Amino acid sequence: MIIGFTIAQTIVACAVGVLCVVLGLAGRKPNDLTVLALLGVEVLLVAQVVVAIAAPAVGNAPTGNPVEFWIYLVCALLIPPLAIVWALVERTRWSNVVLGAAAFAVAVMVWRMEQIWSVQLA
Amino acid sequence: MSASSRQRPSGVGRVLVAVYAILAIAALGRSVFQIVDRFDEAPIAFSLSAVAALVYVVATLALGLGWDRIAWITVSFELAGVLLVGGISLLAPALLGLDDANPFGREATVWSAFGAGYLFIPLALPVLGIFWLRHRARAGVVA
Repeated sequence: MIIGFTIAQTIVACAVGVLCVVLGLAGRKPNDLTVLALLGVEVLLVAQVVVAIAAPAVGNAPTGNPVEFWIYLVCALLIPPLAIVWALVERTRWSNVVLGAAAFAVAVMVWRMEQIWSVQLA
Repeated sequence: MSASSRQRPSGVGRVLVAVYAILAIAALGRSVFQIVDRFDEAPIAFSLSAVAALVYVVATLALGLGWDRIAWITVSFELAGVLLVGGISLLAPALLGLDDANPFGREATVWSAFGAGYLFIPLALPVLGIFWLRHRARAGVVA
């Protein structure tokens, strides 16, 4: 992984999380802004897949367990689409909060992926 | 706009279900990996981790589909689990076959140190779940 990209991705995911939760609590229903924002988080995750495949070839291999890393990445990839489907099916303010929760979950998982990739405590 | 106020409780419940679903995915993914990769290191802790993950999956379904009795059982089980296993993981980690109580370590489970590795969400969710089930029972909503 590339630490700068990870940090950017985490910041974006947290910002989207705050945006969606605030709009949801303010009573807004899901709209293009919130759905596309979470879609952006998903696009960054897909970019992360490319990075994770390409990085070992240029000497940036994971120091942790690659299987563990990929379980996190695949799980993270599943979360935004499920939340977006949810938001499209159930068009209430709370679906925006769900979109936000999904974004926060992705932020945590990306940070954990960085730890698996580059920080080994044991 | 004003008509949506009636939907509000069920809407909040939806958020609860969504967060449960995320936790179920996180716990299931981790426990599958730990069991496949390093089951011998802490068999008791990893078995508990798998049980916890499966219970989260059932709780998610029960809350989402309105199976209230099963929701009560699973949510109560989780609260007991996070308190009991969380307490043991801090006070006597050896009982669970853990080398240390680090909630972020390689042997950490969803319940270690009261769910600290998961931002204490495993501790907060069952409490919120019980509030939600009580609220719904009192409101007399049949899902």
